[in-house]
Amino acid sequence: MNSEQHTGVLKFIIHELKPKGKILTPFNVISGITILAAIVILVIRFTNGLGSVIHASQDAPWGLWINFNVITGVAFAGGAYVVTFMVYILGLEKYRPIVRATVLYALLAYMFYAGALLLDLGRPWKVINPIIGNSFGISSVLFLVAWHFILYMGSLFIEFYPTVTEWIGLKRQRKFFVSLTLGVVIFGIALSTLHQSGLGALFLMAKPKIHPLWYSEFIPILFFISSIFAGLSLVIILETIDQRVFKKSMSFVHKDSHKNIVLSLAKTCAVAIFVYFSMIVLVFLHGKNYAYLNSPWGYWYLVEIIGFVLIPGVLFMYGYRHLNLLLVRIAAVMAILGIILNRLNISTFAFNWYGNTIHFPTWMEIVVSLAVIFSQILVFRWIVRRMPVYTESPTWVKYEKQIKPIKMKTKKRREQWKVLAE
Amino acid sequence: MGIDRRNFLKVLGIAGVTLSAGKSFGTTKEKKSDVEFDGILYDSTLCVGCMSCEYACAEQYGLPDPTGEPAPGVVRKTNDTNRIVVNCYNTSKGEQFIRGACNHCNDPACASACLTKAMLKTDEGPVIWREDKCMGCRSCMISCPFDMPKFEYNSPNPKIQKCRMCYELIQEGGMPACVEICGEGALTFGKRRDLIEIARTRIYEEPEKYNHHIYGEHEVGGTGVLYLASVPFKELGFRNDLGTTSYPNFNKTFLYSVPAVLILWPAFLLGLNNSVDERKNKISKEKMN
Ligand code: SF4
Ligand code: SF4
Repeated sequence: MNSEQHTGVLKFIIHELKPKGKILTPFNVISGITILAAIVILVIRFTNGLGSVIHASQDAPWGLWINFNVITGVAFAGGAYVVTFMVYILGLEKYRPIVRATVLYALLAYMFYAGALLLDLGRPWKVINPIIGNSFGISSVLFLVAWHFILYMGSLFIEFYPTVTEWIGLKRQRKFFVSLTLGVVIFGIALSTLHQSGLGALFLMAKPKIHPLWYSEFIPILFFISSIFAGLSLVIILETIDQRVFKKSMSFVHKDSHKNIVLSLAKTCAVAIFVYFSMIVLVFLHGKNYAYLNSPWGYWYLVEIIGFVLIPGVLFMYGYRHLNLLLVRIAAVMAILGIILNRLNISTFAFNWYGNTIHFPTWMEIVVSLAVIFSQILVFRWIVRRMPVYTESPTWVKYEKQIKPIKMKTKKRREQWKVLAE
Repeated sequence: MGIDRRNFLKVLGIAGVTLSAGKSFGTTKEKKSDVEFDGILYDSTLCVGCMSCEYACAEQYGLPDPTGEPAPGVVRKTNDTNRIVVNCYNTSKGEQFIRGACNHCNDPACASACLTKAMLKTDEGPVIWREDKCMGCRSCMISCPFDMPKFEYNSPNPKIQKCRMCYELIQEGGMPACVEICGEGALTFGKRRDLIEIARTRIYEEPEKYNHHIYGEHEVGGTGVLYLASVPFKELGFRNDLGTTSYPNFNKTFLYSVPAVLILWPAFLLGLNNSVDERKNKISKEKMN
C-alpha cells in the first residue's frame, strides 16, 4: 500500500466514524445515561476502593461484574463456537448468514467482559503478571481461563477480520485472512471447550462453600454443555431483534432463511438442553442430596432446573415440531434466564449459603453491569451499520472467490503424499 | 475418512506425550508434605484468651489494634485489619478459647488458585502473599476452605491480608511474633512433624483432658497450624466436613484433561471436516453427472 492509499483509507474511516441513524432514540438515551452514570461510579471505585460501590464482602469475594458479566456473559458468547462449528466443520451452509453476526457478537462480548474483569480486579495494574514475566501460576484454573480468553479473542478477531477488509476494501489482506479461517475456527472451538468448562472449574475448590445441590465435581462439564444452548438461545434472540432493527440492510438470502435458521437452532437447543437436563439428574442422583430438596434451597433449585431448563427444553421441541417461531423465542428467553439463574446461584446466591446473609448486588454494581452490556450493543450496532455483517459482501469479493480456493491445493498435495507413502 | 490410520496413530502419540507432560503441570509440588515444614501448635486448653497474639501481630505488621474481645455468643472473624482472632465458645466443658488464622496448608488451595503465584507455599512451610505479583482477583478467597485471605475493599491500592507465619522472622532464625509473646505456652513453633509428636504425647499423658483429635493433622491434606482442644472441634466453630483430600486435587482432573483436549479435539475436528468435505464433493459430482 502506498501513502496515497493510506490517506484514502484514513479519510474513509474518519468519514464512517460519524453516527448514522437517529440519535435521540429511547434506547440511545437510556444507554447513554447508564454509561455516564457508570463512568461516575467507576471514578468512585478507583479512588475509594471496590468496597465503596460493590457489595462484595470477605465471604463472597466476587461481585456482579465477575459473576454476571464474565461468568454468565461468556456462556452467551458460546454461540460463536457452536455456529462456526456447524458452518465450517459440518458444512451446514444454512447457518452461513448468521456466522458474521455471531462471531462479531462474541468478539465484542469477550472484549467488554474482559474489560469488566479489569474493573473488578483489585490491582488491575498488575494484570500483566500472568501474561508476561515469571509469575505464571500454571496450576491455576484462572490462569488457564485468562490465557484462553486472550487466545480466543485473537481467533475471533481473525475470523471476523475479512468483514473489516471488505468494508475498507483491502483485497489482499482479505485473501490471507480468509485462508486462515478453518484453522482458527478449529483452534477456537478447542479453546472454547476448555474455557467454558474452565469457568465452572473456577469453583471446584469452593466445595465447602457452595450449596451441595449446585456443587458437584461435574460443574465444568455442565458449564460446557449449557454454554451450547445458552449461546444458541442468544443467537435466536439476536436474530429476532436484528431482523427488525437492521431490516433495511439485511440481505435477501438472510431474510428468507430467517425462519428456517431459527427453527433449526431450536432443534439443536432442544437436544443440548435435554442432554444437560439428564446430566443434571444423573449428577443429582449421584450426589444423593435428596434431603436438601425439601428445603427453601431445594425449591429454588427445582425452580431453576424445572422452570428454566426442562420447560424451555420442551418448548423448543414443541416450537420446532409445530414450526412455531413465537414459542421458540419464548423458550430462548427462558433458557437465557435459566442460565443467568444457574450461574448466579453458583457464584452468588448459593455461595456461602450456610452464612445467614444472601448477597445482593448494589444498584451501582448493576448500573455498571448494564453499562458494559449497553456499550457492547452500541459498538455492535455501529459495526453492523457499516460493515457487511448482514449485508451482501461487495461485488469484488465474488470475483475473488473464483480464484483457486486454497483448500483444493492442499487436498491435491495430500493425495500426492498418499501415493508417495504407499 | 480424511485421516488414515497412520496419521491417527501419530496424533495419539503426540497426545500421549502431552498427557504425561501434563502430569507435572497442574500439581503444586505434590511431594511437599514429606518435607519438613515449619508449623505452629495451638493448644486451646492452655489458652486464656488474653489476645496478646492479636496485639503482637498487629504491631508486627503495622495494623490497627484489634477490636472486641472473645466472649461466648460472639464470633469474631479475621478481616483486612486483623489476621488472628481469638474466640470464646460455650462448650460441653465450659467456656473454651480458640484461635483462628491462616492454617498454612501443606497443599494450599489459595496458592493453587493464584494465577500469578502471588500466594506461595514456601519451602519452609509458611504460605505467603507477595504484593508485587498480586493482581487482586480474589480467587484465593474463593478457594480457601477456611476463608482466610482477606481483601482491603476500601483501599484504592488494596492488599490481601493474611497470616504469613512471620516468614521473614523465621528466616532469620526467630519465631512468629504471636508464638514469641504467648506467655501461657498455648502456642508452640517448630517442625510440623515434631509438633505432631508433641501433640500426641500431650494427649497420651492426659487422655482425660484432651479430645483425641489433632485438627490439621489430616484436614484438607494436612495443615501447618495444628490444634488441640478439650472438646470436639465442632463445638469450637470449626467445620468438620472439609475432608482430608488436599483441595488442589479437585482441580486435577480438569487440568489434566486440558492438554488432551487441545490435541485430540482439533485432530478430531479436522478429520470431521475432511469427511464432510469429501461427502459434499461426492454429492456435487453426482449432481453434475
Ligand atoms: S488456610 Fe487458606 S489461606 Fe491459609 S494456606 Fe490454607 S488455603 Fe491458603
Ligand atoms: S488476589 Fe492476588 S493472591 Fe489472591 S489469587 Fe488473585 S492474584 Fe493471587
